[in-house]
Amino acid sequence: MRMENKVALISGGARGMGAAEARLFAREGAKVVVGDLREELGRQVEAEINETGGECLFVNLDVTSEESWQAAVMAAVARFGKLDVLVNNAGIYRTERVEDTTVELWDQIMEVNAKGVFLGAKSVIPEMRKAGGGSIINISSVAGLVGNTMSAAYTASKGAVRLFTKSTAIQYAGDGIRSNSIHPGTIETDMTAHLLSDPSYRGDRMERTPLGRLGQPEDVAYGALFLASDESSFMTGSELVIDGGRTAQ
Amino acid sequence: MRLENKVALISGGARGQGAAEARLFAREGARVVIGDILEEEGHQVEAEINELVGECLFVRLDVTSESDWVQAVAAAAGRFGKLDILVNNAGIFKLGSVEDTSEALWDEIMDINSKGVFLGTKAAIPEMRKAGGGSIINISSVAGLIGTAYSAAYGASKGAVRLLTKSTAIQYAREGIRANSIHPGVIDTPMTAPNLLADETSRQRSTARHPLGRLGQAEDVAYGALFLASDESSFMTGSELVIDGGLTAQ
Repeated sequence: MRMENKVALISGGARGMGAAEARLFAREGAKVVVGDLREELGRQVEAEINETGGECLFVNLDVTSEESWQAAVMAAVARFGKLDVLVNNAGIYRTERVEDTTVELWDQIMEVNAKGVFLGAKSVIPEMRKAGGGSIINISSVAGLVGNTMSAAYTASKGAVRLFTKSTAIQYAGDGIRSNSIHPGTIETDMTAHLLSDPSYRGDRMERTPLGRLGQPEDVAYGALFLASDESSFMTGSELVIDGGRTAQ
Repeated sequence: MRLENKVALISGGARGQGAAEARLFAREGARVVIGDILEEEGHQVEAEINELVGECLFVRLDVTSESDWVQAVAAAAGRFGKLDILVNNAGIFKLGSVEDTSEALWDEIMDINSKGVFLGTKAAIPEMRKAGGGSIINISSVAGLIGTAYSAAYGASKGAVRLLTKSTAIQYAREGIRANSIHPGVIDTPMTAPNLLADETSRQRSTARHPLGRLGQAEDVAYGALFLASDESSFMTGSELVIDGGLTAQ
């Protein structure tokens, strides 16, 4: 198994990509801590993994709160003894152009998508150092690579994640702590469900994706698994673009 | 196993990264064809894989020859029935700044590193179309992303591979043929042994360029190739997998 003896913390793990990552990591032998605001869904994922032969713990996690992160990291270590992997997966998506973006909306998106990643990384580094190294996986987006017509704050937040990942990589490489970003294209998840229910939006997204399909949470989960495992031990500061070819054109 | 029922052709598979990819792919269930001009070493890898883990066929392959490529693809399909994966791994590395690069050296490097990838891709596409899709993995380099002090033609050849990969990805995506590039940092292989890693000083200098504090090993690249070859990366095409210990992140 590719994650044997590893302990992973996944933010936003109650549904969508985070839940897919939790299930896949557990199948590959990891002990998984799922952090989310959504208690009911989070407990369901926890129960499902524990019932199917894995080990999982749900913790309530508000990624904008440093205390909440510290409690989550402590819970992971108390239960499983250490922390090797962090997936900064939690995020929100809103479609507003620059002029339509209120300061409140800007702040909200930057708090969750950018500051949340910063606080997560900051909170886990001491435990990863103790463990002799670790792997931090930050979920950015194709919107962290190229501009788009529909959003301003979202792209800014994901661009911040892209470069924050590289600084983390350079600063902690000497401690054996790796840090890489994933840049998904349009993935069919709970976060995008309301947008993709509009046939014209859905058609447009399919059209922009050369492989001719939308991504599934598992597409991203397998990328995260590769970055979490020792198979990628020479990778840090890299960008894994999982977008069906959208940004290659 | 992650490559069960897949057939892979690996250029430059007789040693270094290519041999590591061949061994790993075979362990994961693939039937592997290794193509190389190094016949003795190629036959050794072929024998080793056949004795230990899997099914392997060595074919003589000069990547600058279109007819060689056509024969290699035909041999793969003839022996194993189809072709799903191509790793364009063969390459050469020669030092030389712009002024120190002769036209002959430029042509040699571009022929092997760029045209070789083009010819391999062109030869493999019809078989992949028949198989209902496929995965092409082109070994570029960090020198295909950033400039270097020591090389001109090598960087140009690897930059060409980077963008040929993206055009291939866009042109054949609808047929289920994916194409992605890998960009290794300095990997400890027979290709870098006589130059970047020639003596202790150059070895230390090369190591120091990687924030992770070590050189890459052939297996580091092989695991990336495995991920791109397998269906685990089925939503990835036209992407760049940078395996460089953090070298280009700074």
